[in-house]
Amino acid sequence: MPYSINVNGAVREVDVDADTPMLWVLRDVVGLTGTKYGCGVAMCGACTIHVDGKARRACFTPVSNVGSAQIRTIETLHETAVGQALQRAWRELDVVQCGYCQSGQLMSAAALLEANPRPSDDDIDMVMAGNICRCGTYGRIRAGIHLAARYLNESTTGSGQ
Amino acid sequence: MSAGNPTGLSRREFLAVSLAAGGGMLIGFPLAGRTQTPTPLPAPSAFIRIDRSGRVTLILPYVEMGQGSYTAQAQILAEELEVALDAVTLQAAPAAQVYASPILGEQITGGSFSLRGAWATMRLAAAAARTMLIDTAAQRWRVRAASCRAENGRVIHSGGRSFSYGELADDAARRPVPAAPTLKAVDAFRVVGQPRKRLDSPAKINGTALFGIDMRPDGVLHAMVQACPVLGGRLVSVDPAPAMSVKGVRQVVKIDDAVAVVADHTWAALKGLRALSPQWDEGANRNLTTADMVAAADAALARTGLVFTNTGDVAKAEASAARRFEATYRMPMLAHAAMEPLTCTVKVADGRCDVWVGSQVVGRAHKAAAEAAGLPPDSVSVHNQYLGGAFGRRLETDYVSQAVLIAKQVKSPLKVTWSREEDMQHDYFRFHNHSLVSVAVDSTGQPQSWRHRVVAPNIMARWFPGFQKDGIDLDAVDAAAGPYDIPNVVVEFTRNEAPAGVNTGNWRGVGPTRNVFVVESAIDELAHAAGRDPLAYRQALMSKAPRARAALELAGRESQWGTALPARTGRGVAVFEAFGSHLAMVAQVNVSRTGHARVERVVCAVDTGIAVNPDIVRAQIEGGVIYGVSAVLYGRVTMDKGRVQQRNFDTYPVVRMNEAPKIDVYIVPSTAEPGGVGEPGTSGVIAAVVNAVYAATGKRLRTLPIDPAQLRNA
Repeated sequence: MPYSINVNGAVREVDVDADTPMLWVLRDVVGLTGTKYGCGVAMCGACTIHVDGKARRACFTPVSNVGSAQIRTIETLHETAVGQALQRAWRELDVVQCGYCQSGQLMSAAALLEANPRPSDDDIDMVMAGNICRCGTYGRIRAGIHLAARYLNESTTGSGQ
Repeated sequence: MSAGNPTGLSRREFLAVSLAAGGGMLIGFPLAGRTQTPTPLPAPSAFIRIDRSGRVTLILPYVEMGQGSYTAQAQILAEELEVALDAVTLQAAPAAQVYASPILGEQITGGSFSLRGAWATMRLAAAAARTMLIDTAAQRWRVRAASCRAENGRVIHSGGRSFSYGELADDAARRPVPAAPTLKAVDAFRVVGQPRKRLDSPAKINGTALFGIDMRPDGVLHAMVQACPVLGGRLVSVDPAPAMSVKGVRQVVKIDDAVAVVADHTWAALKGLRALSPQWDEGANRNLTTADMVAAADAALARTGLVFTNTGDVAKAEASAARRFEATYRMPMLAHAAMEPLTCTVKVADGRCDVWVGSQVVGRAHKAAAEAAGLPPDSVSVHNQYLGGAFGRRLETDYVSQAVLIAKQVKSPLKVTWSREEDMQHDYFRFHNHSLVSVAVDSTGQPQSWRHRVVAPNIMARWFPGFQKDGIDLDAVDAAAGPYDIPNVVVEFTRNEAPAGVNTGNWRGVGPTRNVFVVESAIDELAHAAGRDPLAYRQALMSKAPRARAALELAGRESQWGTALPARTGRGVAVFEAFGSHLAMVAQVNVSRTGHARVERVVCAVDTGIAVNPDIVRAQIEGGVIYGVSAVLYGRVTMDKGRVQQRNFDTYPVVRMNEAPKIDVYIVPSTAEPGGVGEPGTSGVIAAVVNAVYAATGKRLRTLPIDPAQLRNA
C-alpha cells in the first residue's frame, strides 16, 4: 500500500508492502544510496538512520512503523551542527578506509552526541559497538567522536581555538 | 636513492608517449616495480594526462578498497611531476589491455603490491613528463633547460617568465622521451612522505561515494540470489509461483547452481526468494563436515612434501641434536566478510554488456562478463566502483559471471545483490592450513635446524599459475622459515586441496598470515623451553635481518617489554619480513577466569621503506591488526552436511569497538623503496596474541581460533 514518509524534510510517496524495511525503501525506491546494507538483521549498523532524531537500524524499521516521523539520512547529516562537527573531525583524522560502514558510523555517532555532548570512552563503546567496521577504523572513530565533541563545545562556549 | 631506471626494463618498454585524444600529452608506462621476491601479482599500467587547461588526470588501474592506493599513487605522481596534489584528478581505469602489465599481462590490485609496483615506474614516468615540459619551454624561450625549473604546474625560467603545463602539453607530447629522466632526491620530497589527507574521504563521509552496490542505471531491477546451500550442488527445479505472488516480484531466474528472484526492489526480491522451495542436487559434498577436512589436512601432515627450501644439512643437524622440538599448528577455514556484500549490476542490451562492479581484478571481471554474456570482449565494458572492503574476496569473479548469467535472462538492467548469508556461505574461503615444525636444538636451546612442512591448497595453480615453482604455491611457503640465523633449513609444501565445490582463495595477509603464526609460535616455544626471554632470544638470532631486528627493538621499547603487568595479563611478540616490509608487534592480552581473552594493546613497529603517506601506513597497520584480532579470537567457518554453518555476524563474530585494542604504530625512518602495508598488520598480530596468551596463562594454543574453554582457570 502507499505510504507517505518524510525523508530529509521532503514528503515521499512509496507504494510497497507494510513490512518493507526503510533500508530498501530509501535505497531502491527513494534512491538515497548513502544508507548501506551490511547484514539485514540489525547486527552491523551500516544502515543506521535517524527517526525523529533517534538512531535506528533501517534494515529493521518497517516502512509501516515510521508514520509521520522525520527521517534523516547521511545525505543531510551536514545540516546539523553535530553532523558538521563529526564530518570535520572525520576529515581531520582521516577516519575512513573503504568507507562503506562510515555512513552508519556517523549516524550512530551523531545520535550519541545529540544525547550526550561529552561522552566517555565507555559511553562511546556502548553505543558504537553496534556498528561493525571490517577495515578496523575503531580507534579513529572513537577519537573522531571526542574531537567532534570538542569542536561543538568550542562553538557553544565561544572559547575559540 | 639512486636516480636512473631501477625497473630493469628497457627504455623502450618503459615509456611510450603519444598524443592524447583531444590534445595534450598521454604517457603510458608499465608499473612493474622491482621487488626482492618474485612477483605473484602482475603490476598494471597507468596513464598520466595533461590537458590544455593544465589539468592533470591520473587513470589508475589500481583500485581503491580502503587501502589508500588512490591517494598514495597521486602523491608519487604529484611529487615528480611538480603539481599540487589537489590539482590531480583521479579516474578508475576501465578494463583494457593497455592497462595491463606488459610483463605479466594482468590488471590486479592485491598482495600489497600496488605501491611497490607503482613506485619506481610512476616516479620515472612523471619525471619524464616533467623533463619534456621543461625542454619544451626552454626551446620556446631559446634558453638552456638547466635555467628552467618546474613548480606547481608551471615551467619557470630563471628570469621569471613562465608557462603553465597546459600551454606546453601539446608540444611536449611530440618531444622524444628523455633517455634518463632525473628523479627527485629523497630529501627534496615535499609530497611523498607527508601525511596528506585521503582524496577519497570527502565523498565517503556524506553518502555520495558510489560503491558497486549503489549503481542504479535507468530502469534497474533488483535481484537476490541463492546458490545451492550444499557447496558444489546444482539446481534441479524450482516452482516460481510462491515468489511471483509477492508484490513487486517480476521474474524467477534459474541458472545451473542457483536461483534468483528479480523484483522492483531488493526487499521484494528477498521475500520472493525466501518463499521458494528449490529442489537441489546436493552432489558429492552432501555429507561433508569440518571434521572430515581437518582429518584430511592432518593426514597430509604425514606426507613428504615438495621441497621449497633446502639449505645446509638438516638431517645431520637433527642426528646430533641435544633435543628435538616438534609441534603441529592448525588454522581453520575463514570467510572474508567485507562490509559490502557481493554485488554486481549488469545491463545486457543491443549486443552489448555493461557491468558496474567493485573488483580487484578488473581485467578478469571483463573477461568473465564477456564469457558469461557470450559476447566478444569489445562489446563488454566494466565500470569499476569503490570497493566496500575486499580482503581478497574481490580477487574472484564468480559473482560477476553469475550476475551476467542472470541478467541476460532479464529485459531490464539488473542489480544482483548477495545477502550477508549468501556472501558468508559462498565465499572463496581461506582453507584449513596445518603446519608441522621440527627443530633440532643444541644444549643451550639454540635452534640448529628448522624443518617446516606446510599443508595447504595450491591456490596459485588456479589463481595465478605463474606464481608457482615446480608445483609449489610460492605464496603458501612465503615467510615459512622466519628471519632467523638457522644454518640448516627445509621448507616443504604438501598440497592438500579442498573437496571440489568448496572454493578456496586469498585472504588478507595470504601466506605470511599463516606462516608467521606458525614460525613465531614455534620460536616463542623454543625461547620459553630454553628459559630465555622471547624477545631477546629472537634478537640474538637476527644478524641477517637488521631491519626486522631494529623494528623488534623499537616495539620492545615502546611496549615497555619486560615491565610488570597485572595478573593473567601478558605480552607476546612477533617479528617478520613480508611484502617488502619488516615488522614487529607486541600484543598485550588479559585472559579472564572464564577464559575470555581481551587484547588490550598492540604496539607495532614498521619499517616499510619510504612511507609514501605515513598516516595511511598507520591506518593500514591498525586495520590489519583489527582484522587479525577478529581471526585469532573468533574466526572459524565450519561445515556440516556440506553446508556452511555460519550465516551472519551472530555466528561469525568480528571485533567491535568495545573489543578493539589500543593500537600504536611506530614507523621506522627509511629511504629504502616502499614495501607493502595492507597485508602485514594481519600477518603479525595473530602470533603476537597467541604468545601473549601463553605469557598470561602458561597455556600454549596451537589451534586457531583461541578456544576459551582451554583457558578457563588456566
